[in-house]
Amino acid sequence: MYGKGLKPLSIATVAMLAASLSLVFFYAPLDGDQGFIQKIFYIHVPLAMTALVGFIIGGIFAIAHLRTDNRKWDAYSYVAIHISVIFGVAVLITGAIWAKASWGHWWVWDEPTLVSFLIVFLMYATYYPFRYAIEDRDRQARYASVFAITAGAFVPLNFMAVRMAQSLVHPRVFATSNGGLPSEMLLTFLCCLAAMALLWVTLVKFELTAKSASGQVKRLRRALDAPAPGGSSRIAPEVS
Amino acid sequence: MLLPLGAPALPLDEAGKYVAGAYVVFVVLLVVYVAIMAAKLQRIERELREVAAIAEERSDPQAAPGRGSEAPLASRGSGGGGTDV
Repeated sequence: MYGKGLKPLSIATVAMLAASLSLVFFYAPLDGDQGFIQKIFYIHVPLAMTALVGFIIGGIFAIAHLRTDNRKWDAYSYVAIHISVIFGVAVLITGAIWAKASWGHWWVWDEPTLVSFLIVFLMYATYYPFRYAIEDRDRQARYASVFAITAGAFVPLNFMAVRMAQSLVHPRVFATSNGGLPSEMLLTFLCCLAAMALLWVTLVKFELTAKSASGQVKRLRRALDAPAPGGSSRIAPEVS
Repeated sequence: MLLPLGAPALPLDEAGKYVAGAYVVFVVLLVVYVAIMAAKLQRIERELREVAAIAEERSDPQAAPGRGSEAPLASRGSGGGGTDV
C-alpha cells in the first residue's frame, strides 16, 4: 500500500528538481550584494525549511500514534524524522560552504540561527540511540513518540530565533514588507521549495515502502517457521 | 550587442567552486541514500527468495531443493501477503 503512486511521484520530483535547477542557473538574476555565491541560497534554505517542517510533521505523527496506539503512525513518525535528519546533514554542509564563501569562516558560533539549527539537529541525532536502546517494541514506540513530540515542539524555537536574533550576520531575506526578494528570485525560490518538499515526500514514501516490504517478509518467514497447521495467512505490514 | 553571447553562462571563478561544492554535496547525499536503499531492497529480495523456497519445499516435499527459489511469492497465491511494491 505504501508503494502506490511512488512512480509518478518520483517522476514529478525529478522533473521539479530539474526545472528548479534550470531556474536557479538560467533564470534567477545574480544577487547585487553576494553575486554568484547567493545561488547556494536556493538549495540551502529550502532544505532547511523542509527539514524543520519534517521534524514537526514527525511530531504530529507521534501524537497520532499516542492517541490511536496504531503502530503505523510510529513508523510514519520515525521515517519523517529519519529523512529530515538526512536533510539536516545537507543543510549543515551547504550552510558551512555558504558561510565560508560569504563570511570567510566555515562556522560562526555567535550566530543564533546556525547554533539553534545545530542544537535541533543534534537533538534529533540522539533519537536513534534513544529509540534503539529500548528493547521492548511497544515501549520503544511509545517513548520515541514522546521524544518526537517534545523535540517537535522545540523546533519552532528555531524559526523564532531567526526572527528575534539581534545579530545581522545571517541574511534575513523575508524580513521586509515585499518579502525582500525580486519576483524572479522569489519564483525560483518557491520552485526550489516545492521541489525539496516533493523530494522529502518521495523519500518518506520510498522508505515506508521498503520498511513495509521488509516487515512483511519477516512475518512471512515467522508464519512459515510456525508449526501451527491451518494458521492464518493474513500478513499485516510490520513497522519498526 | 554580442557581449551576452561572449559571457560565460556559469561564472566558475572562486564563487563558482563553492556553489558547485554545495550542489555536489546535495547530489552526493542523494546518491548515497539511493545506494543504501538499493542495498536494502536487494536484501529484501534475497530474503523473499529464501522464504519462497521454504514455502515451496513445504507445499511439495518431493521437489528438489531450490527448485522454486526464483518463483515470486505472489504467484503462489499466499493470501495477498506479498510486497506492496
